Amino acid sequence: MKLNRKNKQKSEISTSSLPDIIFMLLIFFMVTTVMREFEGLDIVLPRAEKIEKLESKRHTVHMWITKDGLISVNDRIVDIKNLGNVMANKIAQDPKITVSLKSDDKSRMQLITEVHTQLRNAQALKLNYSTLTKGNN
Amino acid sequence: MLGKPRRQAMQEINSSSMSDIAFLLLVFFLVTTTISMDKGISLILPAEGNELEVNRKNIISILVNDKGKVLMDDNPTKINQIKTKASKRISSNPNIIFSITTHKNTNYDDYILVLDQLKQANASKISIANPPSF
Repeated sequence: MKLNRKNKQKSEISTSSLPDIIFMLLIFFMVTTVMREFEGLDIVLPRAEKIEKLESKRHTVHMWITKDGLISVNDRIVDIKNLGNVMANKIAQDPKITVSLKSDDKSRMQLITEVHTQLRNAQALKLNYSTLTKGNN
Repeated sequence: MLGKPRRQAMQEINSSSMSDIAFLLLVFFLVTTTISMDKGISLILPAEGNELEVNRKNIISILVNDKGKVLMDDNPTKINQIKTKASKRISSNPNIIFSITTHKNTNYDDYILVLDQLKQANASKISIANPPSF
């Protein structure tokens, strides 16, 4: 008597829905991807523990401050004296903006205080000190 | 003679390479995605010309000098002790305002550490005083 081989019954996993799954993942990544907008300046961010995420990307102005005192707003080098005017323009276009301040951890408070004053003059009051999470490398 | 339904002759587009195309796109987006790095300590600056007079009892002054040493209410304090001290003061007086004053040569790093400690103590009223000009 011949043994019935069980191999004949081997069934394959249906791969017909694989493209659908991949497409779903694809769409997810397409929606969440934001191309990097700005180059920024060369800085080392400080570290903090109690940090919050920025609410909205659209209403954010990125500001970089190096330890040498170079200030860049959305990739444009701005003189500290003109910072108030530049920010006032941004506020006029969109009153809801938050300033994401990415300052080098070695910069001096004299400069930061000056930036505060300029921001207050421009009524750009929402500020976020960009930091890294403590413990991460 | 019965006409055979033409549908049988309909050809399907070969969709076997669809998943390959989708994979390729997926890998592209995976590589280009940068998870948002914008996080940090949020603060609302006071509007210009909005200075209020506050009772001195409700203010704790925090001085940070250029060497990163902290003076909290005239007591030298280590940075990692600010959190416990601050939360004690908040529980005894919820209206307390923390006023951070820095020297002009203070490192931004030290300032952020102090601010972080206050935020960890859930201090909501933080004021940033201008450094004294001397």
